[in-house]
Amino acid sequence: MSKHSTDQSSYPRADVDPPSGKLFPHKHLLGIWGLDPTAIKHLLDVADGYVDLNRQPVKSAPSCAGLTQINLFFENSTRTLMSFEIAGKRLGLDTISMATGNSSIKKGETMLDTAATLNAMHPDVLVMRHGDSGAVKLLAEKMDCAVINAGDGRSEHPTQALLDALTIRRRKGSIHGQTIVISGDVAHSRVARSNIYLLNAMGARVRLVAPPTLLPADVGELGVEVFHHMEAGLKNADVVMMLRLQSERMNGAFLPSLREYYHFWGLTRDKLKAAKDDVLVMHPGPMNRGVEIASDVADDLDRSAIEEQVEMGVAVRMACIDILTKELRQAALTGAGT
Amino acid sequence: MKTAYINARLIDPATEFDAMGSLVVNDNVIEAYGTDIDVAGAAETIDCGGRVLCPGFIDMRAHAVDANSALAGGITTIILQPDQTTTIDTDAVVERIRHRSVDSQIVSVYPMGAATQGMQGQQIAEIGQMQQSGAVGFTDCNHAVADAQVMRRLLEYAGHFDALIVQYAENPELGAGAIAHEGEIATRLGLASAPAAAEAMQIDRDSRLAELTGARLHFALLSSKDGVNAVRAAKERGARVTCSTAPHYLHLNDNAVEGYRTFAKVRPPLRSEEDRLALIAAVADGTIDTLVSDHSPKSADVKRLPFAQAASGIVGFETLLALAMAPVHAGKIDIMTVLKTLTVNPANLLGLPTGTLAAGSFADFVVFDPNKPWRIDADALISSAKNTPFDTLPVQGQVWRTVADGISVFERT
Repeated sequence: MSKHSTDQSSYPRADVDPPSGKLFPHKHLLGIWGLDPTAIKHLLDVADGYVDLNRQPVKSAPSCAGLTQINLFFENSTRTLMSFEIAGKRLGLDTISMATGNSSIKKGETMLDTAATLNAMHPDVLVMRHGDSGAVKLLAEKMDCAVINAGDGRSEHPTQALLDALTIRRRKGSIHGQTIVISGDVAHSRVARSNIYLLNAMGARVRLVAPPTLLPADVGELGVEVFHHMEAGLKNADVVMMLRLQSERMNGAFLPSLREYYHFWGLTRDKLKAAKDDVLVMHPGPMNRGVEIASDVADDLDRSAIEEQVEMGVAVRMACIDILTKELRQAALTGAGT
Repeated sequence: MKTAYINARLIDPATEFDAMGSLVVNDNVIEAYGTDIDVAGAAETIDCGGRVLCPGFIDMRAHAVDANSALAGGITTIILQPDQTTTIDTDAVVERIRHRSVDSQIVSVYPMGAATQGMQGQQIAEIGQMQQSGAVGFTDCNHAVADAQVMRRLLEYAGHFDALIVQYAENPELGAGAIAHEGEIATRLGLASAPAAAEAMQIDRDSRLAELTGARLHFALLSSKDGVNAVRAAKERGARVTCSTAPHYLHLNDNAVEGYRTFAKVRPPLRSEEDRLALIAAVADGTIDTLVSDHSPKSADVKRLPFAQAASGIVGFETLLALAMAPVHAGKIDIMTVLKTLTVNPANLLGLPTGTLAAGSFADFVVFDPNKPWRIDADALISSAKNTPFDTLPVQGQVWRTVADGISVFERT
């Protein structure tokens, strides 16, 4: 569906800004909140080009060779960490991943000391995940390099929203005007928040479907329609994004049981009939089959975009790194020329 | 030795006296005040330049003594909360704090004792003996006594000593882990939150227990419209309940935590604009009895952390008057009502021999310029830490001179 050719020279890299101003006028990517549609579109355009590159036998585009990327994860992650690591390596960065499970940087050291320590190592890109909302923003205030939020608490997970948007755009042609359902544990989900901001910014109609216990207070104020019944929420939907249900939600009296949750809010073929025929089914992973989504829906090749989302993840993260290091690289080139 | 303070706007909230005149101090006691006072015999005469002279402020809720900061804010009496390094839950600790206060002879410090041992909410603390040693109230500070049976017995027992119980007004289960007000902002920032109903529920339950036992009960730090309405209803039913709030709840709403500003992280959390306006109205109509600073110095080390991990609390002594005067300048509360909440009301609640200009009372008073414009500067604060969300805020109303026990202990030049 990509409109771009496979000729590498035509990839819409981040290198050139139009005379009208910077397409992405931010030092960090801390969240979708506060990004304007132009900046989001630019990120998606650049990422679109990398999708094609990633399908080539030789996937290297070492425009960022010599730069250093640190992936600092205070929370467990497999796919996001790997995705960022692959993205960095394909762009030629030296990537170092640190999971705090095997590092001395834990709660004992304050956030700002951590920032000072990392700063002294002169990274060019810092990718960070943390369990507390706002933690990545706090650290970014003290970092000289570009910081990418790989998920903070319940706040934001911007690259996930971007990869979801890229998936939708490539499958549906546009985000504008699509009716997009986000269903599941919205209350504890940073993925849902980032997606709400992005999809709203790009002109989609966003619906949330969840039991009342899994919806945060006043969520309607974020510009979404709220449903509690799955069938009503799914009616004429173009896209359904399912969220992962954390099993620990069973302990906090949020839900009576997984069985009942699946009965009312699990995405089955039957419930999906209410949506449009060509509905796109998405999930940020990892999936709980038989809890929030039925296996036959997840594995439906015509409708499920779940694997494609993972593929888009690498491209989106390459685009983020590319765009955020652009000025740095240009300065280095200019410096070398004089 | 006599000192005369002349050309002052004398305000004594205890009698609602408000007129230009003079006040004469003899050693550490107020000899007389009024419009036609003979000041001829005074060894020293101080011209107050038309500024307000009123009783020194009584801050019913402070977590640290920070004496110089208090005096700069016009506070001459501090009620120290029991959440100290050593929890104030025995008469020995109360006595030590009282002795230290008497020795210092500057600012009067009266401790509140813990309501339950170790503030654990299980076993009633030694209220009688702590009271004999000088404790003026009993509270578990930022923990509500959760168990209704314990609370009932606490009130019954305290009633025997006519001791004031101060309850933190938040249902502990609904408030567990909450760091923000439940609403659009907490949802967007992804912060764990509690609804205002948690406050009203605790007030509803405990004011019923106050009625049942006939005991005196004070709710600390109201933050919501529902909370105010719950107290108002309880007062109308005849329950012996009172309540307080802090100026930051009159001045800020939950927009202040936008961008994860931990300097605005307080307990209970800043709530909606509707709640803020309801609190101002409740001070104006007397539903809220006292204004407190909730002075809580925290170093930048414990504030500059991710929001969930950061310490709660702000420093309040030096900004208490200026922030309390803001609704006065806005025409929402009259100056007499505001000064009552800072002087005679807490004095009556706690049984303190201060909070009035009456002849024969201790010479604890403050002279302030109610209109003086200035800008709050965190770095210029005297307090032991600078954690204020009000840095650079333009305000009106500034302390000119603080007199404690007849001695001029703070003078602004």
